[in-house]
Amino acid sequence: MEVTLNLLRPGEKGVIRRLMSPRPQVRQRLLELGIITGALIELVRTAPMGDPLELKINGYRLSLRRLEAEAIIVRREN
Amino acid sequence: MRDQHSRVQHIAIIGNPNSGKTTLFNSLTGLRQKVGNYPGVTVEKKEGRIDLGSGLEVTLIDLPGTYSLTPNSPDEKVATDILLGRIQHTPTPQLVICVVDASNLERNLYLVSQIIDRNRPVIIALNMIDVAGEQGTKINVKALERELGVTVVPTVASKGMGVAELRDALTHHSSTSAGRNRQWQLPEPVHEECQELVGLLQSHHKLTANDAFHEAIALLTSSTSILERMDRFAPEIIEHVRKDHQKLDFLGFDRQSVFVESRYIWIKNVCSKVVTQSKQTGLTTSDQIDQIVTHRIWGFLVFLGLMAVMFQSIFSWANIPMQLIADGFDWAGAQITAFLPAGDVQDLVVNGGLAGVAAVVTFLPQILLLFLFLGVLEDSGYMARAAFIMDRLMSKVGLHGKSFIPLLSSFACAIPGIMATRTIENPKDRLVTMLVAPLMSCSARLPVYTLLIAAFIPNTSVLGIFSLAGVTLLSMYLLGLVAALTMAWLFKKTLLKSGTPIFIMELPPYRLPSLTSLLMQMWERSVLFLKNAGTIILGVSIVLWFLASYPRLENGTPSQQLEQSFAGKAGKVIEPLIKPLGFDWKIGIGLVSSLLQREVFVSTIGTIYNIQDKNSENGSVSLHKQMRDDRDPLTGTPTFTVLTGICLMIYYVLAMQCMSTVAVMRRETNGWKWPLFQIGYMTVLAYSVTFVVYRVGLVWGFGG
Repeated sequence: MEVTLNLLRPGEKGVIRRLMSPRPQVRQRLLELGIITGALIELVRTAPMGDPLELKINGYRLSLRRLEAEAIIVRREN
Repeated sequence: MRDQHSRVQHIAIIGNPNSGKTTLFNSLTGLRQKVGNYPGVTVEKKEGRIDLGSGLEVTLIDLPGTYSLTPNSPDEKVATDILLGRIQHTPTPQLVICVVDASNLERNLYLVSQIIDRNRPVIIALNMIDVAGEQGTKINVKALERELGVTVVPTVASKGMGVAELRDALTHHSSTSAGRNRQWQLPEPVHEECQELVGLLQSHHKLTANDAFHEAIALLTSSTSILERMDRFAPEIIEHVRKDHQKLDFLGFDRQSVFVESRYIWIKNVCSKVVTQSKQTGLTTSDQIDQIVTHRIWGFLVFLGLMAVMFQSIFSWANIPMQLIADGFDWAGAQITAFLPAGDVQDLVVNGGLAGVAAVVTFLPQILLLFLFLGVLEDSGYMARAAFIMDRLMSKVGLHGKSFIPLLSSFACAIPGIMATRTIENPKDRLVTMLVAPLMSCSARLPVYTLLIAAFIPNTSVLGIFSLAGVTLLSMYLLGLVAALTMAWLFKKTLLKSGTPIFIMELPPYRLPSLTSLLMQMWERSVLFLKNAGTIILGVSIVLWFLASYPRLENGTPSQQLEQSFAGKAGKVIEPLIKPLGFDWKIGIGLVSSLLQREVFVSTIGTIYNIQDKNSENGSVSLHKQMRDDRDPLTGTPTFTVLTGICLMIYYVLAMQCMSTVAVMRRETNGWKWPLFQIGYMTVLAYSVTFVVYRVGLVWGFGG
């Protein structure tokens, strides 16, 4: 099932399908950090106040806000 | 003077943020470092010298950390530009050390691959190989060398391992580039268009094949709508690129991601050949720490606890060395008094120069402790967690979690704080952060707070564990923080409107900070601080002594003498202006003299009371007591009350009073507009808040 990344629950993983980010510069950076089609990404936890999110990709931890995560489409992995 | 026989080379050190680049730089150069700025830009330039043996000395340039050569911030732009030799008067490095975090190989190889593509001669320092090992990741160094076609040296910079081998590799490396071929492949249609464009670019613009290839990637990646603006290219080229865009879009290629993804395909292939993952690790230590540190409730408690411990210890631990320094100066003063004949010269040296410098140097231990704490928080990886926890709050005032780090650094000093804003991508957000950074209580305010708290805050305890003094100090820091956030919100709403910025931040694994790095940082700071004390503060102290001692009165009491002096007159002139805040002319002298830097207030008050007191036999009466006992000679009311003490602290929390910050702001914003605005708004803010507090305090009966 395809959902946006922010809809994963903490501990859930997904495979990246598409990256929609509207700003080319931001999109470029996300791509370079490894947010590319086919990569496995995990939502580790949300920050104490609910935002931003802590993600695990390629063995390292990245933090994005929900707003940015909404632009990342993933296929839920079980 | 350069040694005639040595062949001087420039080597640059580059790497992802958190790859241990600076630690490696430190262990390669030791204390032979020089910190400056790149001409025209505001990024800090750090250089060091390495002796490679047999008379070969080279300059090592520490480039700002970057994830790629497609810059996203001023910092990253400098790293890219220097690497590619695009900055005038800065030599192109003949050799590049690329620091790679072995525990995060894939992402780090992205930058490596870009550097290799640019035909830069490069040596890889495969750092933190120990961390990778703990995670069960084994990297075959020989195979990695073969795949990349460059020398790879495994290192653990924090323990000094592999540094000798790296030095050795630098010595034996020939500075000619190998002229390697690009190792990653583009999908066929993209490759064809790319080659065609490279040919066109070469014939129209006389570019090398390599430069043409990178221009071609940039052109094919960019959005079609901005092509018209790329007028440095011939119209034929732009027309061709437009057709390429149409064609590739039609074929269903994502023109931006195809280049990045192709590189990652190659990287994954390399990793599959060189990495063996022996165990699937469960929760790492970092994860376990994070479960507490970023916890909904514990996270905030840890944060507040760390801050409380920090301020409490600055207040109590530093006392012993501070007392030692003060005693040392007293002893020196006594020696000089005995040695020099009584008179103006003795007075100048002891009560002018020495007293002023002593008053400030005494605070060195506190400042060192503060830098030690901030250094530990930064190097351990906690700062990123602080930004993670605080981002929501920062976004409420329209800022970025990353703005929190410059603000937190400004607790040490607004100058590194303002410099640290370079990592903020959006120019408006960066400006807002710079504007409010000096509201955070820097270490120069600490002497002022300490003096006033010791003099006026009763020595009782709160909740049995914290002293009222510590709590007062914490309140001053919190006041600065609240003021900074409020002003940031106001600026984002009015002057510098822009949307809430994008937040992309790495959370590096926790690490034990390297003691050497911490000590070097503290050393750097203390040298700067003592230089200041030896120059500016010494100068101001002497001038002040003169202004406070002349014109000489015959047969006057010391306080009459002070009142009649130049300084006293100047203080009287501004007295009507500061009277509404509860400050008298003596405080006025302090305020005026500390316009340059805040801590001068302490030395000024020290000088003033020394002059006033010098005829009394009891020379060792503490400054605190003198201030408490000071009375208006006419009315007998005390100069300082608890309320004036607090008002004075509040004024210092909010007022600019630091010319170095103004200078940095001018440099960072390229003009006088913003620094002048900053001085203006901070003065108005300081004056009005102090006024309100004083008036309310009087009404509530705290005036006596």
